[in-house]
Amino acid sequence: MPDTKSMIKDHVLDRPNSYIGRSVPRPNAKRLLAGRGTFTDDVKLPRLTHVAFLRSTYAHAEIVSIDVSEAKESEGVVAVVTGPEMAEVCSPWVGVLTHLEGLKSAPQHALAVKKASWQGEPVVAVVANTRAQAEDAIELIDIEWKELPVVADMETALDPETPLIHPELGDNLAWQRDLDAGDVDTAFANADHVIEETYISNRHTGVCLETRGIVADYNPGEDQLTIYHSTQAPHMMQSLFAKHLNIEEHKVRVICKDVGGSYGIKVHSYPDEYATVALAYMLKRPVKFIADRLESFTSDIHARDHRVKTKVAVSNEGEIQAFEIDDLTGIGPYSVYPRTSGIEANQVVNLTGGQYTNPNYRARAQVVLQNKSPMCQYRAVGHPILTLITEGMVDDAARKIGMDPLEIRRKNLVPDDAYPTTAPSGLPFENLSHHASLYKLVEMMDYDGLRKDQAEAREQGIYRGIGLATFIEVTNPGPAFYGVGGAPISAQDGATMRLDAKGNVIVEIGVTEQGQGAEAVVAQCAATALGVSMDKIKVIAGDTDITPYGGGTWGSRAAGIGGEAAVQAGKALRQNIVEVAGIMLQCDPSTLDIRENNVVDLADGNERMALAEVGRVCYYRPDTLPKDYQSELVVTRHYVPKQFPFAFTNGVQGCYLEVDTNTGFITFKKYVVVEDCGTVINPLLVDEQVRGGVIQGLGGALYEECLYSDEGQFLNGTMADYLVPMAAEMPDVEVGHVESPTLDSELGAKGAGEAGTGGAPAVVMNALNDALEPLGGKVTIQPFTPERILQAIGKI
Amino acid sequence: MKPAAFNYAKPSSVEEVLGLLSEYGDEATILAGGQSLIPTMNMRLSAPALVIDINGLDNLNGISDEGDRLRIGALTRHVEIENSELIASHAPLITLAMPSIAHPAIRNRGTFGGSVAMADPAAELPACLCALDGEIEITGQNGVRKVVAKDFFKELYETDAGDGEILTAIEIPKISAGYRSAFDELARRHGDYAMCGIAAHAKVDRDVLSDLRLAFFAVGGTPVIATQAMSAMEGKSVDDESIFAAQSALEDDLEPFDDLHCSATLRMHYAKELTKRMLTTLSARN
Repeated sequence: MPDTKSMIKDHVLDRPNSYIGRSVPRPNAKRLLAGRGTFTDDVKLPRLTHVAFLRSTYAHAEIVSIDVSEAKESEGVVAVVTGPEMAEVCSPWVGVLTHLEGLKSAPQHALAVKKASWQGEPVVAVVANTRAQAEDAIELIDIEWKELPVVADMETALDPETPLIHPELGDNLAWQRDLDAGDVDTAFANADHVIEETYISNRHTGVCLETRGIVADYNPGEDQLTIYHSTQAPHMMQSLFAKHLNIEEHKVRVICKDVGGSYGIKVHSYPDEYATVALAYMLKRPVKFIADRLESFTSDIHARDHRVKTKVAVSNEGEIQAFEIDDLTGIGPYSVYPRTSGIEANQVVNLTGGQYTNPNYRARAQVVLQNKSPMCQYRAVGHPILTLITEGMVDDAARKIGMDPLEIRRKNLVPDDAYPTTAPSGLPFENLSHHASLYKLVEMMDYDGLRKDQAEAREQGIYRGIGLATFIEVTNPGPAFYGVGGAPISAQDGATMRLDAKGNVIVEIGVTEQGQGAEAVVAQCAATALGVSMDKIKVIAGDTDITPYGGGTWGSRAAGIGGEAAVQAGKALRQNIVEVAGIMLQCDPSTLDIRENNVVDLADGNERMALAEVGRVCYYRPDTLPKDYQSELVVTRHYVPKQFPFAFTNGVQGCYLEVDTNTGFITFKKYVVVEDCGTVINPLLVDEQVRGGVIQGLGGALYEECLYSDEGQFLNGTMADYLVPMAAEMPDVEVGHVESPTLDSELGAKGAGEAGTGGAPAVVMNALNDALEPLGGKVTIQPFTPERILQAIGKI
Repeated sequence: MKPAAFNYAKPSSVEEVLGLLSEYGDEATILAGGQSLIPTMNMRLSAPALVIDINGLDNLNGISDEGDRLRIGALTRHVEIENSELIASHAPLITLAMPSIAHPAIRNRGTFGGSVAMADPAAELPACLCALDGEIEITGQNGVRKVVAKDFFKELYETDAGDGEILTAIEIPKISAGYRSAFDELARRHGDYAMCGIAAHAKVDRDVLSDLRLAFFAVGGTPVIATQAMSAMEGKSVDDESIFAAQSALEDDLEPFDDLHCSATLRMHYAKELTKRMLTTLSARN
């Protein structure tokens, strides 16, 4: 592997006074702690109105008639709008992308027209002076429904006798993908052992502390829509709102201030949000929609509803010889727009088994429609499922031949020096470090010591288990993810940097802050590349009128892509500054550098001129510069990964837990994650990303489940009944790092946001099954509840 | 999640409360700590015409020593009870139960009387009162009356307090010499409503239990006093045989139900597991 660091002169990681690799406090933390953040609900505009939605109480029902006459007369009501009226202003959409060949979906409207297809679909919008008044008026709306047969169970969605959700589509199959690599049939035929299993990941959702929210304001005087939106992708939303309201894009400004968590939930476009924007357009006054917690459960996207049949072939010596998977996933009645609901299954097909040397791999994914809340991408898209089945299969194989789970992984993981390589699915992997990561994990968790403890505990009737889960992560996505399929999602991002007259620096960046610290990381990159201290930097993000056009924050791209854009902008601005400083100092600019807010001699760091002086001269006294010279103290640089479609990265999780075989309760004794996200920009933020991700993954592994009745009714849509992980039950997560920088950028940073979530369900399942093995128990259905654990060991 | 419009009153005496209750009937509701009422109003599961805020009734606050019993004002917050030396000394079962009641923020506002009046079948305190033979003081237009706990909890969310009455205090007999209490519950997450819970109280002579009370919660519409299991254990030493007998008797005592988080089968399994734990804990060998 070439070493780009030695190839690039003036490499950013060689900068003196570098902030890269330092746990710099987040500049925005103080504002948030002081309660001075601006979340969407904090935005209050003159003449503001509030919208509430009457949502379908049926999973599938035809709208026979709607009577809104009483609601219109209710106190404080400004407007009551039904689906057909809304459709005149806001055009419908179809959530397909061309690179997911064959994916089909039906036109979806902001408000249901003719029929509702899931419980929670918005049907009528009521705008009033207060949200309470809007809710009062909703109770006065009379809808006559005609119930339609419900498609709830994904297992029967494709049966010939199952009714069609959208008859015009011909069936309930939204998409199917088949992959066949190597020689799977021969491998299974010749295998010493073939182990089959069915793993189930139940549907859950991302619960954001700040629910979805949007404030839209239309100014007819300048034909301008201004939208305050809790979103991850402001430019994408700008494009979509403009398209569906038939307004020029530059007449739509999306402002995204503070966001209280997003996790992929806020990277999609939602019917109620289009409706809110359309209402502002119709009424020519601002309209606010803040999803309440109850409607969030049935209107936010859900994820991870998969049933996967697996088959693995292994030799007596522990060589994995073939993987075969059959994935079935139910995505609700529509493929979500614009990223589609095929991506999760696509990831499962693309990456299952990808960290292992085995070349024989067959996969089928069927993505079916059903009358439940729409499913789409949620943090670590597809990874929790594909890691669960991959690492489940590997443990199945190890158990069958009596090999230690660590040994079988060491034997079958692609060697670290074999990269770059290509997965059986055809995806190229640049430089993964599974062995180095596993080595570090084994040391950190004291694997041998734990095995000893486990054996001693078993003698006393205490059941403890060790789990391992290696994983691959998709981060820093290029245009291959969405752009090639026709989605208006920028793969590249830009940073504009400006030196002001007093030597301060403004950075405008296309990636957005979601509470994860993206602004801090961008500031660290900009400050390092330019040579200024953090306190001189102000980062502005989340405003389509101001920042460079960009993709926003998702797919672990903010640090790797936004950070690199900031590095390149910082370097370019430094070049411009030393150029003008060279003129002022009458020296060769190549002998100058910028360090700690001063222009200095490159060779010895001697201070030559403060940046404030450069600013003063360029802005206030340009007459003192040569007449044929124009200084440029603003630069913009962009970055998009070009060599690889994604910066795939990797990691491994290990946990040690104890099962109370009388109650099925588990207690974590140890939890370790080793993550390779390339260059670590801010260790504290990366560690907390990993920890937060683990907790979110453990939520899915142990607690979270969207429960539905056979009639498609969501049964547990409150925080009392939908169980999110809470501090008391959570382990202390130790985090270690291996750094394999991507050579696709100078910075070398890959993403870290998916690691914790992607690996947690697998590692817990493997640890549980390790603990339960002597009792003949095995769990395969996530979440791994006490009831399922006790059932697995025959206690109930 | 905004409540429907309602009227609000904050009376300064129990008499005033009773007047409003008789005027509005079941259109009125009482606001104490608000930990159950406010969410249900926000979800529009309840839409009272009048909310009577009793937080101005200072004489319903506090814990007092009444000789052979403790008196706890209905408005006393959980946190005060949790930290009370009087309660810890004379009604240790209540102190044991307190950390399991939701979370500190809820215990800061929630009231003892509110929890008892709500009669949630998964709540801890009703079962504790049943185990201790606590008495509930109810005040109405016709004066004050007291009802023993096992008669107070009638059905799911239904109590002996009638229309126009208000729960004003709870009285708990002080623990007698030679008696011990124990408490446990199994919840998916700490602070959740339990899948199954138990409050236990007995006279303990070495490992022999007598006058045993086992009160379960979250296994039926009301707290359930497991009389068969209690008599199976009465006067017996705590050992594998007696524990098994008590566990078996639960099949007659309990009729557990299914809900979203726990099947009836699992509840029964947990009831037996908790019984074993409680009997072992009560035994003086521990």
